[in-house]
Amino acid sequence: MAFKQVSSPHAHGAQNTAKVMQLVVWATIPGLIALTWHFGWGSFINVILASITAVVSEALILKMRRRPVGFYLGDYSAVVTAVLLGLALPPLCPWWVVVVGTLFSVVIAKQLFGGLGYNPFNPAMVGYVVVLISFPIEMTTWVAPLALLPDGITHPDFLESLKLVFFSTSPMDGVTGATPLDSFKHAAGLTVDQIYQQDSLFSQAMFAGVGWEWVNLGFLVGGIVLLGSRVFTWHGPVAMLVTLALMSLIFWDSGSSQSPGSPLMHLFSGASMMGAFFILTDPVSSAVSNRGRLIYGALIGILVYIIRAWGNYPDAVAFAILLANFTAPFIDNYTLPRTYGHTDRRKATERLEDK
Amino acid sequence: MRQTWVTPGGVHPPENKLQSLTQPIGSLPIPDKLVVPLGQHIGAPAIACVSVGDKVLKGQKIADPAGTVSAAIHAPTSGIISAIESRPVAHSSGMDALCVEITSDGDDKWIEKSGISDFEHTSAKALLSIITEAGIAGMGGAGFPTAVKLNPGFQRPIDTLIINATECEPYITADDSLIRERAEEIIEGIGILSHILGNPHNILIGIEDNKPEAIEALAPHTQDTGINVVSFPTKYPSGGEKQLIYILTGKELPSGQIPADIGMVCVNIGTTHAIKRAVVDGEPLVSRVTTMTGEACEINRNYDVLIGTPVEHMLEHNNFDAQSCSRVIMGGPMMGFSLTSKQIPIVKTTNCILAPSVEEIPHNEPAQPCIRCGMCAEACPVSLLPQQLLWYSQAEDHERLEAHNLFDCIECGACSYVCPSNIPLVQHYRSSKSDIKKAQEEKVKSTQARERFEFRQQRIELAEKEREAKRAARREAAQQAQASTGTDAMADIIAAAQARAAAKTTSPEQELAKLQRAVSSAEMRVEKAQVKLDAALENAEPTEKINILSAALSGAQQKLEKAKVRFAEHPN
Ligand code: SF4
Ligand code: SF4
Repeated sequence: MAFKQVSSPHAHGAQNTAKVMQLVVWATIPGLIALTWHFGWGSFINVILASITAVVSEALILKMRRRPVGFYLGDYSAVVTAVLLGLALPPLCPWWVVVVGTLFSVVIAKQLFGGLGYNPFNPAMVGYVVVLISFPIEMTTWVAPLALLPDGITHPDFLESLKLVFFSTSPMDGVTGATPLDSFKHAAGLTVDQIYQQDSLFSQAMFAGVGWEWVNLGFLVGGIVLLGSRVFTWHGPVAMLVTLALMSLIFWDSGSSQSPGSPLMHLFSGASMMGAFFILTDPVSSAVSNRGRLIYGALIGILVYIIRAWGNYPDAVAFAILLANFTAPFIDNYTLPRTYGHTDRRKATERLEDK
Repeated sequence: MRQTWVTPGGVHPPENKLQSLTQPIGSLPIPDKLVVPLGQHIGAPAIACVSVGDKVLKGQKIADPAGTVSAAIHAPTSGIISAIESRPVAHSSGMDALCVEITSDGDDKWIEKSGISDFEHTSAKALLSIITEAGIAGMGGAGFPTAVKLNPGFQRPIDTLIINATECEPYITADDSLIRERAEEIIEGIGILSHILGNPHNILIGIEDNKPEAIEALAPHTQDTGINVVSFPTKYPSGGEKQLIYILTGKELPSGQIPADIGMVCVNIGTTHAIKRAVVDGEPLVSRVTTMTGEACEINRNYDVLIGTPVEHMLEHNNFDAQSCSRVIMGGPMMGFSLTSKQIPIVKTTNCILAPSVEEIPHNEPAQPCIRCGMCAEACPVSLLPQQLLWYSQAEDHERLEAHNLFDCIECGACSYVCPSNIPLVQHYRSSKSDIKKAQEEKVKSTQARERFEFRQQRIELAEKEREAKRAARREAAQQAQASTGTDAMADIIAAAQARAAAKTTSPEQELAKLQRAVSSAEMRVEKAQVKLDAALENAEPTEKINILSAALSGAQQKLEKAKVRFAEHPN
């Protein structure tokens, strides 16, 4: 009798890619709940719509590329991309914004580069930036947080929201408002204290911005869960958040009218926490070694701050991450760990003749 | 408690050790036929010294070591040599190799044994020769001839003797049960080792803390012996030589060096038992303790198995169920290799036969793409970046692979174990390593060929130039002879001829000196290459390194020949 020859190791741990991806999806739930609570059904609809688009388009592309559809869909990576994009898009934005963004993410940014594992850029962020540049009005219209809606007005209910998403031609009135980062950008001439007093976004908030602080807390909780399950290491997120806080501390300017905002405001506004724990931790497009991820995370922290403070867009996580994606291969070349038995770290570009 | 150090990475696969420890070490009936491979160790296979039809006794030598790095082979039982031929053997490549088949006569009759009762009064040299003659090679897995390891040479004094009782692979309990039952003999073996090495300052037995019974069994015998039993937290792969050295001493073995280079010798604990048997009892290595385990076998326990016992014999005596078995593994689930045939025999390095059921170790799932999650890098005990190695291995980028220290990978499989995408990383690394080695050998060969070619080309060019010069000289002389009319012209010709002659005499002399220098420097290079090769042979470096060095030597020799030829060909 002959046996099959198999290569060692024979034992395998319990982890698999589909499980990791599913866990990432579950971990977004606290953030999604916070978004839905404070900004209505829009984000929920975004997520569902994006997921359906992603799965269908990925299946079609796989078919065209003659790959086993079930096998590759089963890794859940398309769903993760869609969920993250859906969460990043403004609630109640028109359906075609979601669909176009998702198609760009899955088809162009992922499959055309060779599918999962081969995309140099974070697919969700590519989709996000494409729609941000193409449809600036739709993309910068945010729903006002529940607490700030005028008396007697609430967010549209689920069916109403669906109607708005699919049939409304103009961005809805009445329930839109500025985000904390917008407020800071456009409140020229006011000191931080004045903004905090005058703008109900801040005056009614606990520590950062109404609604937004909860959304960021939600993503922070989800991120800590993922960290605890060892889906990623702490290096990237911590490096980003610490540099972001440091930057806003350095340029705090004691709250003058020039100040771009406090560390707490920056950490808990916009896509800070989601970016730190769900986007920059996308392993495919980030740096690989722990040291590399420290540098990568810090770079994103700096870029986010620079663009927020002095750039044209109020939030910057998507741009910062895409820019950092560019640098990841270079970071990798110079951040190899020191191997056992070697006195020095080596460089990936080292040629044998150099020695 | 002695301080221990913690290696990076590592994994904690389910241990699965209890099932084979419920019974003491057992023995199996003697199989009808035993198949004893001639190459059970690292180095050259032994050379058979018996022929078909010979009658042999248990423990009788049937093959002599071939050179320094080799080990003798002995008959595991009494009987008749019934074949000497190629058979499938335990090797990850699944290749056949030369084996001696013994048809047992059932008597299991020993040769006359002659042990030494007071090894303290025996010279290290005599003890080493007993160990060589007993055919002892590392029983932990690698199978390095032990006598070579114990003889590092006076330029490398040994201050630390490390006994490896880690047994970090899941399922395997061969060392554990051996220690529980034969601790006294083991400590005696360690005494012999220590004597041979000139009583090193530190003697450490490294053992994981999941073997409390074994640790307890050692305790009474190590009291006041200066032997330290050091236990440390269980983690795979702590039993790798490099890992154990770090855990016990906090020192790293520099890449490409052997422990003796930093004053250490590392010996598996099973080997110390074999050494005691060889020296004190006069028994060569003809059997070893092997764990028989896995759900596809009804009985899970350790056996004292005769070397050469076919795996089939073991499986049958443990009610093996082929239907439920996913694969038969020689060694553990992390680094063992799957057997292609049940006829493959147990060898000196076989610490375990694992026959897991399909539920226990399922068939491999198809690999998904690498998502660069980095879990592999977190698990790697030597701080490599397995995902990058995979990438460059698929791209066949040899330079990047070397820059990422592929050759420091110990193939422990921790990376593949944690990989969520089921990528057989180790398989990729193995094939890349062998590709790189092949490419290097070819490079050595092609450099030699190129040099030969260039030399020939040069010689042809030189000859052509000489001819051309002569022709030109003749033409000139003829022209001048035609043009000459008076003594003045004649004097010119003479002067010119003298000048030519002068030019000729100075330049050939220089030329000759140059050639001579070339010869002597080539001689020096040959000498250097020879010294390096000798040193490598003496240190029993890996075969690949020896191959490269000997290729370098023959290259140098060829260059010397060429230089000599040029010297001889010179007209003066
Ligand atoms: S563990 Fe597997 S999937 Fe993750 S980076 Fe390593 S090789 Fe890639
Ligand atoms: S097999 Fe090699 S790369 Fe993988 S964990 Fe072990 S040493 Fe590291």
